Amino acid sequence: MIWLALMMLLSGPAWAEEARPLGDDPVVEARLKTLAVELRCLVCQNQTLADSNAPLAEDLRREVRAMIVKNMSDQEIIEFLVSRYGDFVLYRPPLKLTTTVLWVGPFVLLAVGAIALVVALKRRGQKVADAAITEEEHRRVEQLLSEGVKRS
Amino acid sequence: MSRFLLPLTIFAVVVGFLAVGLTLNPREIPSPLVGKAAPDFSLPQLHEQDKVFSPKDLAGQVWLLNFWASWCSGCKTEHPVLMQIANSGAVPIYGMDYKDQRDEALTWLNRWGNPYPIVGVDLVGRVGIDYGVYGVPETYVIDKQGVIRYKQIGPVTEEALAKTILPLVKELQAQ
Repeated sequence: MIWLALMMLLSGPAWAEEARPLGDDPVVEARLKTLAVELRCLVCQNQTLADSNAPLAEDLRREVRAMIVKNMSDQEIIEFLVSRYGDFVLYRPPLKLTTTVLWVGPFVLLAVGAIALVVALKRRGQKVADAAITEEEHRRVEQLLSEGVKRS
Repeated sequence: MSRFLLPLTIFAVVVGFLAVGLTLNPREIPSPLVGKAAPDFSLPQLHEQDKVFSPKDLAGQVWLLNFWASWCSGCKTEHPVLMQIANSGAVPIYGMDYKDQRDEALTWLNRWGNPYPIVGVDLVGRVGIDYGVYGVPETYVIDKQGVIRYKQIGPVTEEALAKTILPLVKELQAQ
Protein backbone atom coordinates (compact mmCIF):
# COMPACT_ATOMS: atom_id res chain seq x y z
CA MET A 1 0.00 0.00 0.00
CA ILE A 2 2.74 2.44 0.93
CA TRP A 3 4.55 1.66 -2.29
CA LEU A 4 1.40 2.27 -4.26
CA ALA A 5 0.87 5.64 -2.57
CA LEU A 6 4.50 6.57 -3.23
CA MET A 7 4.21 5.62 -6.88
CA MET A 8 1.08 7.70 -7.26
CA LEU A 9 2.80 10.64 -5.62
CA LEU A 10 5.80 10.33 -7.91
CA SER A 11 3.76 9.96 -11.07
CA GLY A 12 1.66 13.05 -10.26
CA PRO A 13 3.99 15.61 -11.86
CA ALA A 14 4.34 13.37 -14.92
CA TRP A 15 0.58 13.55 -15.54
CA ALA A 16 0.63 17.33 -15.30
CA GLU A 17 3.34 17.34 -17.95
CA GLU A 18 1.23 15.27 -20.32
CA ALA A 19 -1.88 17.39 -19.87
CA ARG A 20 -0.17 20.47 -21.30
CA PRO A 21 -1.20 21.32 -24.91
CA LEU A 22 1.25 19.80 -27.33
CA GLY A 23 4.15 22.06 -28.25
CA ASP A 24 2.17 25.28 -28.11
CA ASP A 25 3.76 28.69 -28.14
CA PRO A 26 2.92 30.31 -24.75
CA VAL A 27 2.66 33.76 -26.37
CA VAL A 28 0.06 32.49 -28.85
CA GLU A 29 -1.82 30.69 -26.06
CA ALA A 30 -1.88 33.85 -23.95
CA ARG A 31 -3.37 35.87 -26.83
CA LEU A 32 -5.86 33.09 -27.57
CA LYS A 33 -6.95 33.14 -23.94
CA THR A 34 -7.54 36.90 -23.82
CA LEU A 35 -9.49 36.72 -27.10
CA ALA A 36 -11.46 33.59 -26.25
CA VAL A 37 -12.96 34.99 -23.03
CA GLU A 38 -14.51 37.80 -25.10
CA LEU A 39 -16.09 35.38 -27.57
CA ARG A 40 -19.23 33.34 -27.11
CA CYS A 41 -19.51 29.66 -27.91
CA LEU A 42 -22.45 29.27 -30.29
CA VAL A 43 -23.35 25.78 -29.17
CA CYS A 44 -23.48 26.25 -25.40
CA GLN A 45 -24.48 29.87 -25.52
CA ASN A 46 -23.67 30.90 -21.98
CA GLN A 47 -20.07 29.76 -22.15
CA THR A 48 -17.14 31.58 -23.64
CA LEU A 49 -15.03 30.10 -26.37
CA ALA A 50 -12.35 29.59 -23.71
CA ASP A 51 -14.60 27.56 -21.38
CA SER A 52 -16.53 25.44 -23.83
CA ASN A 53 -15.73 21.83 -24.65
CA ALA A 54 -18.08 21.74 -27.64
CA PRO A 55 -16.43 20.46 -30.84
CA LEU A 56 -17.26 23.73 -32.63
CA ALA A 57 -15.56 25.73 -29.86
CA GLU A 58 -12.49 23.52 -30.29
CA ASP A 59 -12.53 24.16 -34.05
CA LEU A 60 -12.92 27.90 -33.54
CA ARG A 61 -10.09 27.98 -31.01
CA ARG A 62 -7.94 26.18 -33.58
CA GLU A 63 -8.97 28.76 -36.23
CA VAL A 64 -8.21 31.68 -33.90
CA ARG A 65 -4.88 30.10 -32.95
CA ALA A 66 -3.99 29.78 -36.64
CA MET A 67 -4.88 33.43 -37.23
CA ILE A 68 -2.74 34.52 -34.27
CA VAL A 69 0.20 32.55 -35.70
CA LYS A 70 -0.43 34.37 -39.01
CA ASN A 71 0.03 37.61 -37.03
CA MET A 72 -3.48 38.93 -37.61
CA SER A 73 -4.65 41.70 -35.29
CA ASP A 74 -7.37 41.13 -32.67
CA GLN A 75 -9.63 43.37 -34.73
CA GLU A 76 -9.16 41.23 -37.85
CA ILE A 77 -9.78 38.00 -35.92
CA ILE A 78 -12.98 39.36 -34.36
CA GLU A 79 -14.14 40.59 -37.78
CA PHE A 80 -13.53 37.10 -39.20
CA LEU A 81 -15.85 35.59 -36.60
CA VAL A 82 -18.49 38.34 -36.70
CA SER A 83 -18.75 38.13 -40.50
CA ARG A 84 -19.62 34.43 -40.12
CA TYR A 85 -21.61 34.20 -36.91
CA GLY A 86 -22.83 37.75 -36.37
CA ASP A 87 -22.56 40.03 -33.32
CA PHE A 88 -23.81 37.14 -31.22
CA VAL A 89 -20.25 35.78 -30.88
CA LEU A 90 -19.26 38.93 -29.00
CA TYR A 91 -19.86 39.01 -25.27
CA ARG A 92 -19.79 42.80 -25.54
CA PRO A 93 -22.21 43.68 -28.33
CA PRO A 94 -21.24 46.79 -30.34
CA LEU A 95 -23.30 49.97 -30.04
CA LYS A 96 -25.45 49.95 -33.19
CA LEU A 97 -28.93 51.02 -34.19
CA THR A 98 -30.23 47.52 -33.44
CA THR A 99 -28.54 47.36 -30.05
CA THR A 100 -29.47 50.81 -28.74
CA VAL A 101 -32.30 49.45 -26.59
CA LEU A 102 -29.86 47.00 -25.07
CA TRP A 103 -27.31 49.65 -24.21
CA VAL A 104 -29.54 52.63 -23.40
CA GLY A 105 -32.55 50.72 -21.98
CA PRO A 106 -31.18 50.16 -18.45
CA PHE A 107 -30.23 53.84 -18.09
CA VAL A 108 -33.67 54.93 -19.32
CA LEU A 109 -35.30 52.61 -16.77
CA LEU A 110 -33.02 53.97 -14.06
CA ALA A 111 -33.96 57.57 -14.96
CA VAL A 112 -37.68 56.70 -15.01
CA GLY A 113 -37.32 55.06 -11.59
CA ALA A 114 -35.43 58.05 -10.16
CA ILE A 115 -38.02 60.52 -11.47
CA ALA A 116 -40.88 58.41 -10.09
CA LEU A 117 -39.15 58.26 -6.70
CA VAL A 118 -38.60 62.03 -6.54
CA VAL A 119 -42.21 62.72 -7.57
CA ALA A 120 -43.56 60.22 -5.03
CA LEU A 121 -41.45 61.68 -2.20
CA LYS A 122 -42.50 65.23 -3.02
CA ARG A 123 -46.16 64.28 -3.03
CA ARG A 124 -45.87 62.52 0.29
CA GLY A 125 -44.11 65.56 1.82
CA GLN A 126 -46.95 67.80 0.65
CA LYS A 127 -49.60 65.48 2.11
CA VAL A 128 -47.94 65.50 5.56
CA ALA A 129 -47.56 69.28 5.57
CA ASP A 130 -51.13 69.82 4.39
CA ALA A 131 -52.66 67.76 7.18
CA ALA A 132 -53.59 70.63 9.50
CA ILE A 133 -54.95 69.83 12.97
CA THR A 134 -57.14 71.82 15.27
CA GLU A 135 -56.32 72.95 18.84
CA GLU A 136 -58.65 70.25 20.16
CA GLU A 137 -56.92 67.49 18.27
CA HIS A 138 -53.52 68.78 19.36
CA ARG A 139 -54.51 68.58 23.01
CA ARG A 140 -55.80 65.04 22.51
CA VAL A 141 -52.54 63.95 20.93
CA GLU A 142 -50.55 65.42 23.80
CA GLN A 143 -52.80 63.61 26.26
CA LEU A 144 -52.46 60.26 24.49
CA LEU A 145 -48.68 60.60 24.31
CA SER A 146 -48.36 61.41 28.01
CA GLU A 147 -50.58 58.45 28.89
CA GLY A 148 -48.27 56.25 26.84
CA VAL A 149 -45.24 57.46 28.83
CA LYS A 150 -47.02 56.67 32.13
CA ARG A 151 -48.01 53.22 31.04
CA SER A 152 -44.50 52.23 30.08
CA MET B 1 -58.72 51.19 -7.44
CA SER B 2 -56.39 53.62 -9.19
CA ARG B 3 -53.53 52.73 -6.82
CA PHE B 4 -53.50 49.21 -8.35
CA LEU B 5 -53.47 50.54 -11.89
CA LEU B 6 -49.74 51.27 -12.09
CA PRO B 7 -48.48 47.95 -10.65
CA LEU B 8 -50.97 46.11 -12.85
CA THR B 9 -49.76 47.94 -15.95
CA ILE B 10 -46.12 47.14 -15.13
CA PHE B 11 -47.08 43.52 -14.50
CA ALA B 12 -48.87 43.34 -17.86
CA VAL B 13 -45.87 44.80 -19.69
CA VAL B 14 -43.48 42.31 -18.03
CA VAL B 15 -45.83 39.41 -18.86
CA GLY B 16 -45.98 40.66 -22.46
CA PHE B 17 -42.19 40.68 -22.78
CA LEU B 18 -41.89 37.22 -21.23
CA ALA B 19 -44.65 35.82 -23.46
CA VAL B 20 -42.85 37.04 -26.59
CA GLY B 21 -39.58 35.67 -25.20
CA LEU B 22 -41.13 32.23 -24.79
CA THR B 23 -42.03 32.04 -28.49
CA LEU B 24 -38.46 32.84 -29.58
CA ASN B 25 -35.90 30.10 -30.12
CA PRO B 26 -32.56 31.11 -28.58
CA ARG B 27 -30.82 28.51 -30.77
CA GLU B 28 -31.71 30.48 -33.88
CA ILE B 29 -29.05 33.10 -34.36
CA PRO B 30 -29.68 35.28 -37.43
CA SER B 31 -26.92 34.71 -39.96
CA PRO B 32 -24.98 37.76 -41.18
CA LEU B 33 -24.33 35.81 -44.40
CA VAL B 34 -27.87 36.15 -45.77
CA GLY B 35 -27.63 38.58 -48.69
CA LYS B 36 -23.90 37.95 -49.09
CA ALA B 37 -22.06 35.80 -51.63
CA ALA B 38 -21.85 32.14 -50.64
CA PRO B 39 -18.25 31.49 -49.53
CA ASP B 40 -16.27 29.63 -52.16
CA PHE B 41 -14.73 26.24 -51.50
CA SER B 42 -13.31 23.31 -53.35
CA LEU B 43 -13.75 19.98 -51.60
CA PRO B 44 -13.53 16.33 -52.60
CA GLN B 45 -16.79 14.56 -53.35
CA LEU B 46 -18.09 11.81 -51.10
CA HIS B 47 -18.85 9.25 -53.76
CA GLU B 48 -16.09 9.99 -56.24
CA GLN B 49 -13.22 11.11 -54.08
CA ASP B 50 -10.99 12.22 -56.94
CA LYS B 51 -13.64 14.68 -58.15
CA VAL B 52 -14.09 18.15 -56.71
CA PHE B 53 -17.27 19.86 -55.52
CA SER B 54 -17.32 23.65 -55.79
CA PRO B 55 -20.19 26.19 -55.74
CA LYS B 56 -18.71 27.76 -58.90
CA ASP B 57 -19.98 24.75 -60.87
CA LEU B 58 -23.53 25.62 -59.82
CA ALA B 59 -23.59 29.27 -60.94
CA GLY B 60 -26.71 30.21 -62.88
CA GLN B 61 -29.09 28.00 -60.94
CA VAL B 62 -30.94 28.13 -57.65
CA TRP B 63 -29.78 25.40 -55.28
CA LEU B 64 -29.82 24.32 -51.66
CA LEU B 65 -26.72 23.51 -49.67
CA ASN B 66 -27.47 21.14 -46.81
CA PHE B 67 -24.90 20.55 -44.06
CA TRP B 68 -25.49 17.11 -42.56
CA ALA B 69 -23.69 14.19 -40.95
CA SER B 70 -24.43 10.55 -40.27
CA TRP B 71 -23.97 11.18 -36.52
CA CYS B 72 -26.58 13.95 -36.46
CA SER B 73 -30.08 13.02 -35.28
CA GLY B 74 -31.73 16.16 -36.64
CA CYS B 75 -30.52 15.12 -40.09
CA LYS B 76 -32.52 11.92 -39.82
CA THR B 77 -35.56 14.01 -38.84
CA GLU B 78 -35.36 16.22 -41.90
CA HIS B 79 -34.31 13.45 -44.28
CA PRO B 80 -37.85 12.51 -45.49
CA VAL B 81 -38.46 16.18 -46.33
CA LEU B 82 -35.23 16.35 -48.31
CA MET B 83 -36.19 13.17 -50.19
CA GLN B 84 -39.54 14.76 -50.97
CA ILE B 85 -37.81 17.85 -52.45
CA ALA B 86 -35.41 15.69 -54.43
CA ASN B 87 -38.22 13.53 -55.84
CA SER B 88 -40.33 16.55 -56.77
CA GLY B 89 -37.40 18.07 -58.66
CA ALA B 90 -38.35 21.54 -57.39
CA VAL B 91 -34.78 22.47 -56.53
CA PRO B 92 -31.51 20.49 -56.33
CA ILE B 93 -30.09 19.89 -52.84
CA TYR B 94 -26.35 19.54 -52.63
CA GLY B 95 -25.01 17.89 -49.51
CA MET B 96 -22.08 18.77 -47.31
CA ASP B 97 -20.95 15.90 -45.14
CA TYR B 98 -19.84 17.78 -42.04
CA LYS B 99 -17.11 16.31 -39.80
CA ASP B 100 -18.09 12.77 -40.59
CA GLN B 101 -16.50 9.45 -41.47
CA ARG B 102 -16.71 8.44 -45.10
CA ASP B 103 -17.87 4.84 -44.67
CA GLU B 104 -20.51 5.84 -42.12
CA ALA B 105 -21.79 8.62 -44.37
CA LEU B 106 -22.05 6.21 -47.32
CA THR B 107 -23.82 3.60 -45.19
CA TRP B 108 -26.26 6.24 -43.95
CA LEU B 109 -27.12 7.36 -47.51
CA ASN B 110 -27.48 3.76 -48.71
CA ARG B 111 -29.78 2.96 -45.83
CA TRP B 112 -32.07 5.99 -45.88
CA GLY B 113 -31.73 7.16 -49.47
CA ASN B 114 -29.64 9.84 -51.14
CA PRO B 115 -31.40 13.14 -51.96
CA TYR B 116 -28.16 14.78 -53.17
CA PRO B 117 -26.79 14.85 -56.75
CA ILE B 118 -23.36 15.59 -55.24
CA VAL B 119 -22.08 15.48 -51.66
CA GLY B 120 -18.97 17.41 -50.65
CA VAL B 121 -16.81 16.28 -47.75
CA ASP B 122 -15.97 18.85 -45.07
CA LEU B 123 -13.81 16.61 -42.93
CA VAL B 124 -12.48 19.20 -40.45
CA GLY B 125 -15.45 21.59 -40.58
CA ARG B 126 -13.44 24.45 -42.09
CA VAL B 127 -16.02 25.21 -44.80
CA GLY B 128 -18.65 24.95 -42.07
CA ILE B 129 -16.93 27.82 -40.25
CA ASP B 130 -16.96 29.92 -43.45
CA TYR B 131 -20.70 29.34 -43.71
CA GLY B 132 -21.25 30.11 -40.04
CA VAL B 133 -22.48 26.59 -39.29
CA TYR B 134 -22.82 26.02 -35.56
CA GLY B 135 -24.85 22.83 -35.54
CA VAL B 136 -26.01 20.43 -38.23
CA PRO B 137 -28.38 20.27 -39.98
CA GLU B 138 -28.28 23.72 -41.54
CA THR B 139 -29.53 24.49 -45.03
CA TYR B 140 -28.79 27.46 -47.29
CA VAL B 141 -30.80 28.71 -50.25
CA ILE B 142 -28.37 30.06 -52.86
CA ASP B 143 -29.53 32.05 -55.89
CA LYS B 144 -28.34 32.16 -59.52
CA GLN B 145 -25.70 34.78 -58.72
CA GLY B 146 -24.33 32.65 -55.89
CA VAL B 147 -25.80 34.81 -53.12
CA ILE B 148 -27.15 33.22 -49.93
CA ARG B 149 -30.82 34.17 -49.66
CA TYR B 150 -31.97 32.16 -46.67
CA LYS B 151 -30.58 29.99 -43.91
CA GLN B 152 -32.60 27.26 -42.26
CA ILE B 153 -31.20 26.50 -38.81
CA GLY B 154 -32.05 22.99 -37.68
CA PRO B 155 -34.08 20.44 -39.61
CA VAL B 156 -36.01 21.50 -42.72
CA THR B 157 -39.61 21.02 -41.61
CA GLU B 158 -42.63 20.53 -43.86
CA GLU B 159 -43.82 23.93 -42.66
CA ALA B 160 -40.56 25.75 -43.39
CA LEU B 161 -40.44 24.09 -46.79
CA ALA B 162 -44.00 25.02 -47.80
CA LYS B 163 -44.11 28.50 -46.26
CA THR B 164 -40.59 29.79 -46.75
CA ILE B 165 -38.20 27.73 -48.83
CA LEU B 166 -40.30 26.71 -51.85
CA PRO B 167 -41.91 30.16 -52.38
CA LEU B 168 -38.45 31.74 -52.15
CA VAL B 169 -36.98 29.19 -54.56
CA LYS B 170 -39.79 29.85 -57.09
CA GLU B 171 -39.25 33.58 -56.81
CA LEU B 172 -35.49 33.23 -57.30
CA GLN B 173 -35.88 30.83 -60.22
CA ALA B 174 -38.16 33.32 -61.99
CA GLN B 175 -35.53 36.07 -61.79
